[in-house]
Amino acid sequence: MRVGELITAGFLALLSIYLMWKSAELPIGYISGTGPGGGAWPFWLSAIMLVCCGFTAFNWWQGTTPASQSEDPVLDSHGWRSLIFVGGGIIVFVALISIISMYGAIAIFLFYYMWFLGRHGLALSLSMALITPIALFFFFEGAMRITMPSGLPFTDPVFNILYEIIY
Amino acid sequence: MTEVLSLLGDGMLLSLQPLNLMMIMIGVTVGLFIGAMPGLGSVNGVAILLPVTFLVPPGSAIIFLAAIYYGAMYGGAVSSVTLGIPGASTAVATTFDGRPLALKGRASLALVTAALASFIGGTVANILFTLFAPLLASVALSFGPPEVFALMLLAFATFVGLGGDDIPKTIFSICFGLTLGAVGFDQISGAPRLVLFEYNGFLQGIGFLVLAIGVYGIGEMLWTIDQTRGDITSTTPKMTVKGMATDAKEATKRGWKGTAIGSFLGFFVGILPAAGATPGSLMSYGVAKMVSRNPEEFGKGSVDGVAAPEAANNSASTGSMLPMLTLGIPGSPTTAILLGGMVIWGLVPGPRLFVDEQEFVWGLIGSFYISNAAALLINLAFIPVFIWMLRMPFTILAPMIFVLSIVGGYAATRDMFDIWLIVGFGIGAFFLRKFDYPLAPAVLAIVLGPIAEPTLRQSLLLSSGDPAIFFTRPVAGPITIIAIILILLPGLKLIRRKMGAHSKKPAQ
Repeated sequence: MRVGELITAGFLALLSIYLMWKSAELPIGYISGTGPGGGAWPFWLSAIMLVCCGFTAFNWWQGTTPASQSEDPVLDSHGWRSLIFVGGGIIVFVALISIISMYGAIAIFLFYYMWFLGRHGLALSLSMALITPIALFFFFEGAMRITMPSGLPFTDPVFNILYEIIY
Repeated sequence: MTEVLSLLGDGMLLSLQPLNLMMIMIGVTVGLFIGAMPGLGSVNGVAILLPVTFLVPPGSAIIFLAAIYYGAMYGGAVSSVTLGIPGASTAVATTFDGRPLALKGRASLALVTAALASFIGGTVANILFTLFAPLLASVALSFGPPEVFALMLLAFATFVGLGGDDIPKTIFSICFGLTLGAVGFDQISGAPRLVLFEYNGFLQGIGFLVLAIGVYGIGEMLWTIDQTRGDITSTTPKMTVKGMATDAKEATKRGWKGTAIGSFLGFFVGILPAAGATPGSLMSYGVAKMVSRNPEEFGKGSVDGVAAPEAANNSASTGSMLPMLTLGIPGSPTTAILLGGMVIWGLVPGPRLFVDEQEFVWGLIGSFYISNAAALLINLAFIPVFIWMLRMPFTILAPMIFVLSIVGGYAATRDMFDIWLIVGFGIGAFFLRKFDYPLAPAVLAIVLGPIAEPTLRQSLLLSSGDPAIFFTRPVAGPITIIAIILILLPGLKLIRRKMGAHSKKPAQ
């Protein structure tokens, strides 16, 4: 945790510098007659962020923050495994939306999570994976009239049937 | 006074007509569910259902939309408590104590407190609205950019002075949220600004919901899985009528102060154009913590910490109707859509409305009272359904929350780029939380940033760049000074502590 806090502060300091640099693409000073330039607001905020990172590093050096006093790892093996399986699952879920539609991706993700990670029975996992996207379809597309991504054209026959029901 | 009461009585009778009553019941129920869904708030519900209202007369239509607004304010607390994700920005502050209460197995108490505080906040605001509308509207109208910016500053200062978190990290979080709110286009010159890594997706800006869902949906769940090793044992609170009555007693006893603060402060902030329920609820939370005898309980499951923001957001939602109806200035995004609807129906919001369309105006005001009572009853009746969500095994609840976060995020923004941002913010929030960076200030800041920046720039333009404008104006001055004191408070405390330590040394 101790090293992690310093690395995080360093990363955020770099981010602050990048934001200052990007903000400076617009005027950052006071322009007579028009007020503060368009970049002034984010530039000075980013500058404050940078100063805060400096204070965080100072506090780390003084050992006044809980993380700076801790020798525990940021994530243990279980933490890394959870992050990879759950976080990775979410990333794959979002990536699948453009291919097999929002509802298809929901079905796959729910089945993966419940059956593989949750160790639930096949019947429960499958039923949740099928009922949830159908219920969400009727809520969003039918009641709320919000169209979700339908993926690549091969999903069209399924959507045609569902749209027949709601329209 | 007699005339006002007479008009209010007529208005209530009008709102109790079968069609209007039906609109209230449907609107409140729909609002409750929309408010409870992460990513969907009153603004989504009102915007999406506005076309539906063209089927009924304008009076019934606005009653329906106002009922959705009311219901959503109640419903926002449900996901804050049961899922730990604010249903809308107005319920962000409810998460701070509502979720810890739920994790302690007191979800029922948190929900009953939220419902009662919402009802009282709504009732107080309705009475204030009815009696003091012209006076309060004129006060709010006198607020210029310096006053609004000073108010924004005060909202941030409460986090620094009263947050109790690491100060540099809190300030970093506020500034980060404000900077994210500046991504897209410069509001005044129209020039592209902060188009990060030259990626065009940033041109449309970063919406509040993207950060909020990322932090409170994805990030919160990843954090919970890491902390609990996935073994969350869902609470099984008592949900009998007797149990709810006991919770109601406890909520009244432990939450009255927060309710009172939220009811009045929420209304006052709500009537300010461009402020509204979100800063109202956050400020009420801050003030409730400041005046509490047990401020250390805040953030760990304080009943006052649930009552204050919930009373405030309901009170503010009524307050935000005031400038819309009397001046034609929307006090919140939702009232902006309501105002748009009124224009479509051929009505002109403003002072003349009270003269030309008395029946319409007082019918609407009367419906506020009925909607408030209906929302309380329907909300309490549905609490067992919401609690049921907590009884689900975590390996069912967690993926459902991830799904709702992604689907809700897409429904609000309709952009896959934003979904990737949600995932990125969620993972980033997980790591930042590991190192004690408070994330609520960033979420507040991204909401208030688009209000704070233009008011700062307009103020400085008014004063030719002289920041003294924030100190010399009669209303802005005291607010700014209080905000600065709050910002300096942790530093002053530190100096005092060090001086105390020094004075002890010679004695030893």
